[in-house]
Amino acid sequence: MAALTDLTLTETVKGLRTGEFSSMELTQAYLERIDQLEPKLHAFISLTPDKALAQAKAADKRLKSAGDKQLPPLLGLPIAVKDVLSVEGIRATSGSRILENFIPPFSATAVQRLLDAGVVILGKTNTDEFAMGSSTENSAFGTTHNPWNLERVPGGSSGGSAAAVAARLAPVALGTDTGGSVRQPASFCGVTGFKPTYGRISRYGLIAYGSSLDSVGALGRSAQDLAELFSIMAGFDKLDATSMDLPVPDMHLNADVDIKGLRVGVPEEYFIKGIQTEVEEAVRAAVSELENLGAQVRQVSLPHTEYAVPVYYIIAPAEASANLARFDGVRYGLRVESEDIIDMFKETRGSGFGSEVKRRIMLGTYALSAGYYDAYYGQAQKVRALIKRDFEQAFEQVDVIAAPVAPTTAFTIGEHSGDPLSMYLEDVFTLPANLAGIPGIAFPVGFDSDNLPIGMQLMGSHFQEETLFRAAHAYQSASDWHTKAPAVG
Amino acid sequence: MHPEFEPVIGLEIHAVLETRSKMFCDCRLVASTHEQPNVAVCPVCSGMPGTLPVVNHAAVEYALRVALALECEIATTSIFARKSYFYPDLPKGYQISQYEQPLARNGRLKIDTSQGEQTIRIRRVHLEEDTGKLTHLNEDGETYSLVDLNRSGLPLLEIVSQPDMHSAKAVRAYAFGLRSILRYLGVNSGNLEKGFFRIEPNVSIRPVGSRTLGTRTEIKNLNSFRALERGVTYEIERQTELLLQGKDVVQETVGWDEAEQATVSQRSKEDADDYRYFPEPDLPPLVIEQDWVDEIRASLPELPHAKFKRFQAEYDLNAYDAGVLVADEAVADYFEAVVAADAPPKLAANWISGELFGLMRQQDVGIEQLNLPAEDLAGLIKLVDAEHINQNTAKEVLEEMLTSGESAAAIVKARGLQQISDPEQIAHWVQGVLLGNPNQVAEYLGGKQALSGWLFGQVMQAAEGKANPRLLRAELDRQLEELSEGR
Repeated sequence: MAALTDLTLTETVKGLRTGEFSSMELTQAYLERIDQLEPKLHAFISLTPDKALAQAKAADKRLKSAGDKQLPPLLGLPIAVKDVLSVEGIRATSGSRILENFIPPFSATAVQRLLDAGVVILGKTNTDEFAMGSSTENSAFGTTHNPWNLERVPGGSSGGSAAAVAARLAPVALGTDTGGSVRQPASFCGVTGFKPTYGRISRYGLIAYGSSLDSVGALGRSAQDLAELFSIMAGFDKLDATSMDLPVPDMHLNADVDIKGLRVGVPEEYFIKGIQTEVEEAVRAAVSELENLGAQVRQVSLPHTEYAVPVYYIIAPAEASANLARFDGVRYGLRVESEDIIDMFKETRGSGFGSEVKRRIMLGTYALSAGYYDAYYGQAQKVRALIKRDFEQAFEQVDVIAAPVAPTTAFTIGEHSGDPLSMYLEDVFTLPANLAGIPGIAFPVGFDSDNLPIGMQLMGSHFQEETLFRAAHAYQSASDWHTKAPAVG
Repeated sequence: MHPEFEPVIGLEIHAVLETRSKMFCDCRLVASTHEQPNVAVCPVCSGMPGTLPVVNHAAVEYALRVALALECEIATTSIFARKSYFYPDLPKGYQISQYEQPLARNGRLKIDTSQGEQTIRIRRVHLEEDTGKLTHLNEDGETYSLVDLNRSGLPLLEIVSQPDMHSAKAVRAYAFGLRSILRYLGVNSGNLEKGFFRIEPNVSIRPVGSRTLGTRTEIKNLNSFRALERGVTYEIERQTELLLQGKDVVQETVGWDEAEQATVSQRSKEDADDYRYFPEPDLPPLVIEQDWVDEIRASLPELPHAKFKRFQAEYDLNAYDAGVLVADEAVADYFEAVVAADAPPKLAANWISGELFGLMRQQDVGIEQLNLPAEDLAGLIKLVDAEHINQNTAKEVLEEMLTSGESAAAIVKARGLQQISDPEQIAHWVQGVLLGNPNQVAEYLGGKQALSGWLFGQVMQAAEGKANPRLLRAELDRQLEELSEGR
């Protein structure tokens, strides 16, 4: 029998139900593997073994009680949660010194729905500080290493979750995606990751970065696994005024998902100069595979793609500059005492925030300043509308858009750290989906010559997540890239 | 007021919309001045990371009531915006307000001053959230501040007028009229002391005839209508004085110092804050359906100004009496109930604004808590009107009515208080007093007119207060006249 930590979510839930193994055994297996590999990977900021074992014990009790016919769907399943998502009673640092000892008094809605579904929380995963970054190097608590090559970054900002799933430290992990923060690390670590439509999964309890762009997503071994999580987390939440009151498909993807006639668009603007050849080849090969499965492939145009980076790096920092104003040392988190209140603010924020966070606060503050607002924030919103329209027009012709997730495979730790702009350009393929508010799913479609995973993403129209899951699942039913595991060492 | 200068005044009024819960969370509303600190606080209104605002539907409805009562244009779509600044009473580091697209614009409010009726234009009406409250302390040389977030997130309505007022009296009339409307609409108790109704006038001065506006100052900390009137008057005089001395007015915020009866400079606005407003991404645009607006419009009560006009026309009251009665809707309703029970309107107005207001002030209660049914007061007034009892007896009877709950007629009967109008009896009492006080009578006849009142009192005393005062006065005058002629 395979190790418990090798099982997919679907297999794990089945094993728990049939009594093949208990949640305690399973949780212990994961905790042991974390003990063993965490020193090399540093995927977690906080581990909560005691709470996890207590949850597992309670889950086992319910699993064994024969009379309980209404068992929650994920009862006893261990998961990891990105540290920008609040879990009641477990510190949520957001990868920042300023929240080093902050323990939220409530759980994020997405987390709560999973807890209600019976999950066991192993710990909180590493992230770039306040999710600002594409490599997890901006975490105040150290960099996470890519399980496929420890010299490489895992991507970011959900790098801890991606590394944890890739290294089998958790079967699934929650992430957040503001500009690609789920899809890009999924791609770098060879796992599957999805971001929902903006408004599909409540943002309540997600420590905000760019409020109009933030989304709660997840990373796992397959589209099939993630579809289960999606169905549970998605749906209207009265605590989030931007969440939509729409029915959520209850997806249980089986082996014979048919994508005959699915119209797949390939945007030429995503195959630009500078893209790694092996990435382009692998993505084009994956598109061909979709065609073999019955999809109709055609070219589409998203002409405003090149503006995504400048637009994003105005809007996200502008929103962040306000979102992060609450970290002032008055009510919670770090406080550096000082002579007067203004100095206390300055000292607290000066020593609590890292350099990338400060950079984005300054960018955003500038973009919103009187006299500059129209030229920056106002203009960016107009171009954002054009990017959104690009997608609307494309989705009149196709059901999904297939594209690379990132121009390259995982880069080396430190490679971009001296040059923020080159790091920002890494996000060029993932930002548009956030700006348009559309869903996306990233999954492995090959490896480069350095044995680093290559990812492809499918983007869909608003609230058409099911189409994405089905297409990715069809691909994964016909390929085995997503089953490859790194030999960490 | 200096004849060469004209004051120009606009008002910003912040009224707490007294809904059950706060603007963006489920916390209940409490008055910061009357509660323990931080008892109505949750993750949302304390600005915990990860929390999100959700608009209180009732607050929007309250705001629409006010906007419609002020005859504003309602925006089909309005936008919440973040107003950013750092201060320890602002938990998120920004206040959610409305900026470029407020809920309502271009309204008006009619006021009545000694110069007659005037229309004050309303520039805008918008929704926002209140901040927390700081208390600055100094103990053993150590200064520190305490933060109370009970107030953080209370629904606030900001009502901004055009600079259409030119005197402290007009300012008072506008603020008072607006408060009255809010109370009629049931959205605000109008309590200045609790900070539920905050008035911030912007005052400037310009030469009479000039069309341009002078440099303005904003007055804060006006906790009563008296302070409002005095603060504005002070500021007008201060600015006029500066201009007369050839000095400039500095644009700044000043605070009214009650002890000093003066305004004190608080904050210069020369280096104006940049609030970096931008649309609140956590809240979708506020869309107002026309049906809802129509429904609210149809449900509006008769408003104070309309009632003021009607009371004058229908009950033949003067402007003063009508104004006093309509200021409080409960009082106006009570007045109409008293009149409906056949009391003469003028007498009813006098009794309510005299005796009843005194009792309300004394007991610090509203008219409905006085435990005096309108029919009972009407019964009392009718006894006075028919000269069955006199005014002084009536006051005694009223006191007993309030304690015993008996009707006026029953009390008068039981205590034999019925007024005596028998001319012979009255003549007898008068005669007795005049004979018994020869010295005073002599002085009176010698020209000391004031003694007539004293003599009247003596006769009333002899009558145990029951004499018909009109007949008593006539009889007293008659007998004194006789004596005078007899000399």
